[in-house]
Amino acid sequence: MRICCCVKRVPAPGARINVTADGQAVDVAHLGFAVSPHEECGVEAAVQLTEAHGGEVTVLTLGAPEAAEQLRYAASVGAHHGVLVPTDGSGWDPQRTALALTAAIRTLEEAGGPFDLLIFGNESADSGGFQVGIRVAVALGRPMVGGIKGIEIDGPTVRARRETDAGFEVYELPMPAAVGVKEGINLPRYPTMRGRLASKRLEVAELAGDALPGGQAMRRLHRPAEAASETVILGTGPGAAPSVVDVLADLGVL
Amino acid sequence: MLLAVLEHDGAAMAEAAREALTFGRALAGRMGVPMHAALIGNNEGALVATAGAHGAEVVHTALHPVLSDYGPEAWGEVVAAMVRRLAPGAVLAGGSDRGNEVLAQAAARLDVPFVANCLDVDPADWSITRIQWGGSLLEDVSLSAEVPLLTCGLHSVAAETAETPAAPTVEEFAVDLDAALARTAVRDRVVLSAGVTLSTAPVVVGGGRGVGSAEGFAPLEELAELLGGKVGCSRAVTNNGWRPHADQVGQTGTRIAPQIYIAAGISGAIQHWVGAMGAKHILAVNLDPEANIVTKADWAVIGDLHEVIPAISAEIRARR
Repeated sequence: MRICCCVKRVPAPGARINVTADGQAVDVAHLGFAVSPHEECGVEAAVQLTEAHGGEVTVLTLGAPEAAEQLRYAASVGAHHGVLVPTDGSGWDPQRTALALTAAIRTLEEAGGPFDLLIFGNESADSGGFQVGIRVAVALGRPMVGGIKGIEIDGPTVRARRETDAGFEVYELPMPAAVGVKEGINLPRYPTMRGRLASKRLEVAELAGDALPGGQAMRRLHRPAEAASETVILGTGPGAAPSVVDVLADLGVL
Repeated sequence: MLLAVLEHDGAAMAEAAREALTFGRALAGRMGVPMHAALIGNNEGALVATAGAHGAEVVHTALHPVLSDYGPEAWGEVVAAMVRRLAPGAVLAGGSDRGNEVLAQAAARLDVPFVANCLDVDPADWSITRIQWGGSLLEDVSLSAEVPLLTCGLHSVAAETAETPAAPTVEEFAVDLDAALARTAVRDRVVLSAGVTLSTAPVVVGGGRGVGSAEGFAPLEELAELLGGKVGCSRAVTNNGWRPHADQVGQTGTRIAPQIYIAAGISGAIQHWVGAMGAKHILAVNLDPEANIVTKADWAVIGDLHEVIPAISAEIRARR
């Protein structure tokens, strides 16, 4: 199988996210970076599929030159190739990003043959536009389903599971296909010593790519107003249980 | 008019769709236009009536063999066709998996922008405030589009019926769809939990790292069951393999909106908080009185969850 997995370099999730004084960007001075969580699972899914069915994983990213670090991370957990579409690091809108990624995938497919599967994260952890993968898939004419938490390959078909409130839905996409995956599809592995060596040896290919901006322009980032809350301490230890149950009774959930 | 795209399961309207109708009603009011609704793959009277109760004046129904079950490509194609033929002033859906997916599909087909998870929209100049980082940051954007395609952030408004419900006109929207679009339709469904689900549960009992083990969740299960609720957990818990990812509350998990969230042994990291902040009320059980979740909660019990949670269950039983 030939799989292309698109990833985004984002500030490592979990930290408090602050905004620069001018409101134009996330203040990254004290932040580490990582592959956006859904996409980290996407890389793992791609590597598992090639382990089971043979083939190669190409990881593609668009971003600042430093995003090569995330390609090296992907190589350390089993990806075979890394491709960077370098930008000035400013936040591109979703239409522009999708156009540039589409062009890059076309170039890679002209050189190496079509990808059987394109894997995207369902949405990026930072800008959360919920659309880049879908735009790329539509531009390339590939069937695409998002929210995927399970992938199996059955001959020419990708069987994909999507979690719903009550259970899951099953989709069967004819390859070449595209999926948007979510965290929970797997638990990504940690890099091994051999993986770390492979990541050092990875030759990051660069593809020049640009596109016209789309219709959504960022003006300002800001933190939401935090509702001031007065916490009522109901007590200490198990002795607080009656007060807790009084609260539950007042809310009518008993 | 403003076109609200309705998510449904064939029988009932999704909560996200009722939120979109509520958000859309206010937005249409500011635009000075009526609200219409798109009912795809269905023309059930009950769904039409629900749309009317929430203020839709016209319901456009699209029926076609390819639309017999949900499929993102076919649904996106129908919305794109409606935009071309009905020329709405804006299109809105709920910020659910499907809502965001369908509008992204439609936007890609129309080659227009799509702004996901909006909280505030000014139709005078289409300046919009939207969610980034799952809600821990907000982004102001200016939108330049022939037709704005938007979703409203999940649970950012409470679904409410209109003061003056409409008896909507039903207009059949004839669609000619390529049978090949069935390639992304739902093929099968597996129901794991009938009834109450994490995202709709009236009570959620959440456990974090402080629970300590998979077995440690038993008292939380017991309390949740007593209250007719569900158990949720933090990302640390799923990363440790103590609970399945489906139970995770947070930016990369489920967004909950219960009457009360009982958060036990959870510190309240931002990525968990954005999934939990839709709760009407929060009660924290934590050893650390300075924990984030304690400072954000309505009520807190300072103590060991392994003692406090069973005591709450015992007290509930004693009163029954």
